[in-house]
Amino acid sequence: MAEAPKATREAIEAVDLAENPFKKDFPLLANNPHLTFLDSAATAQRPTVVLDAQRDFYERLNSNPLRGLYKLSVEATEAIDKVRRKVADFIGAPLSQGIVFTRNATESLNLLALSMGRLVLGPGDEVCITIMEHHSNILPWQQVCRETGAKLVYMRPNEDCKLTAEEIETKITRRTKIVSVTQVSNVLGVENPIKDIAKRAHAVGALCFVDGAQSVPHMGVNVQELGCDALAFSAHKMFGPMGIGVLWAKKELLEKMPPFLTGGEMIDWVTEDDFGCAPVPQKFEAGTQDAAGIVGLGAAVDYMRAVKRENLEARERALVADLARKLGELPFIRLIGPANPNDHVAVVSFNVCGIHPHDVASILDSYDVAIRAGHHCAQPLLAWMGIESCCRASVAVYNDEQDIDNLVEGLQKVWGMFNGAE
Amino acid sequence: MELNNIYNTALMEHNAHPDYKYEMDDPTLQHEGVNPSCGDDIVLSLKLDGDVIEEAAFTGHGCAVSQASADIMADLITDETAEHARHLCDLFLKMIRGEVTDDAELAELGEAAQLKGISLMPARVKCAELGWRTAMTMLDERLAAEGK
Repeated sequence: MAEAPKATREAIEAVDLAENPFKKDFPLLANNPHLTFLDSAATAQRPTVVLDAQRDFYERLNSNPLRGLYKLSVEATEAIDKVRRKVADFIGAPLSQGIVFTRNATESLNLLALSMGRLVLGPGDEVCITIMEHHSNILPWQQVCRETGAKLVYMRPNEDCKLTAEEIETKITRRTKIVSVTQVSNVLGVENPIKDIAKRAHAVGALCFVDGAQSVPHMGVNVQELGCDALAFSAHKMFGPMGIGVLWAKKELLEKMPPFLTGGEMIDWVTEDDFGCAPVPQKFEAGTQDAAGIVGLGAAVDYMRAVKRENLEARERALVADLARKLGELPFIRLIGPANPNDHVAVVSFNVCGIHPHDVASILDSYDVAIRAGHHCAQPLLAWMGIESCCRASVAVYNDEQDIDNLVEGLQKVWGMFNGAE
Repeated sequence: MELNNIYNTALMEHNAHPDYKYEMDDPTLQHEGVNPSCGDDIVLSLKLDGDVIEEAAFTGHGCAVSQASADIMADLITDETAEHARHLCDLFLKMIRGEVTDDAELAELGEAAQLKGISLMPARVKCAELGWRTAMTMLDERLAAEGK
């Protein structure tokens, strides 16, 4: 098994953030030199190669995959299968049949909860998630727990945003049937100890699902190394198109799970009263897929591989550490998340003392600095931390030192506007 | 849209030193307004003397736009009849949603007309509306009970 590539400390230290060899690959950024885009955790920008791949599909291969018996349709089907193998390889999955294409990570997580959840949960059983989940890894479980009489249990991090071994052991018990956790929090930026969580889940006979929406774009993720049973992520956060998501799950699980959506493409046979499912993964891909989007995802994976995952991770880790450090030096900023700047994956959340995040983001926008402000689809986490909302800056490989300095300068202006500097 | 039009002196002043942000003793009417998507909330209190709004005050928290806008609203509707106050709230909401743009028509909003530019910032419309929407709900209920 090939291990996931990791950025070394030396590689991170060697990154020159003043240089930016990547911006030119992303037309939106290249065409808007004044834009400081620090909201990649919401959606990343796309490189030309991804946009070209989508266009190329429609110009050269457009036809309905799986259905047609003519050459064009066969080629379209092959194009999808090629991406399926590519994506499997990208996350270290042993079999490409374990890759299901969905619309986004949200749909992948809904599929897991509503198909697997309904299959295995009953009264008295527990689903264990963390308080730092995105709503898309909370609401489907709330829904399925309500239906089945199972209980939703939350693991909560310590003061430094870490899930301790004790918390994992206390919350994942013999009653736990499913554990579903985010690998990287979209608010705290902290990486959770998935290997330990998966080990504990399996020790008590539970399944372990991982929300990789904020991890797969930024670090080498290998499902076999993690030891999880399923992984969900979105293409649009990793330079791919919007509207394409991935669910990887162990093939034997997918085979056991009932279909999530039914209709075209997912059947083996249909009578007036019944139907048989196609083999996995087609069983979970009802209706015509966004084939051009899938091909675009393939191009995004190629792009990340061309840059090299470890280089990408090194640059992003250097960027986020610089961001956390510089924000931490501003006396009027309160950082949210782990204390060590090196413990953040691509995301730094913060508040400006006495100034509402919406005002901060609006004023920054007038200086062409784009950040996110609000609850970040993590209301239970914010409520638990006792804050209404916060600001979030997030980086990707195409950011540079200037972007971070623009944010810092913008924040100084925001502070000045509210504190007497006319 | 020049941001200075939004975060102008009036708005910053009302946000920093709101005249009407306090707990009112014995209000005639009280209502909570919430923007669930941003977590902003205000509790608006009105004291009526017959038909006339004698005192308006609010508490709560939110962004500068929502807080200043509520303060400006409280100032505008104080000493007005409930019916005229409802008309002013309605006019403000129409301005903020871009339905009324004529400055002459908006003149009776006084200082509140300076928030017109927010109609061009869809993300902030809800913030500016909060206080006015809350007042509108209260006045609607009150006037409906009186058969007006």
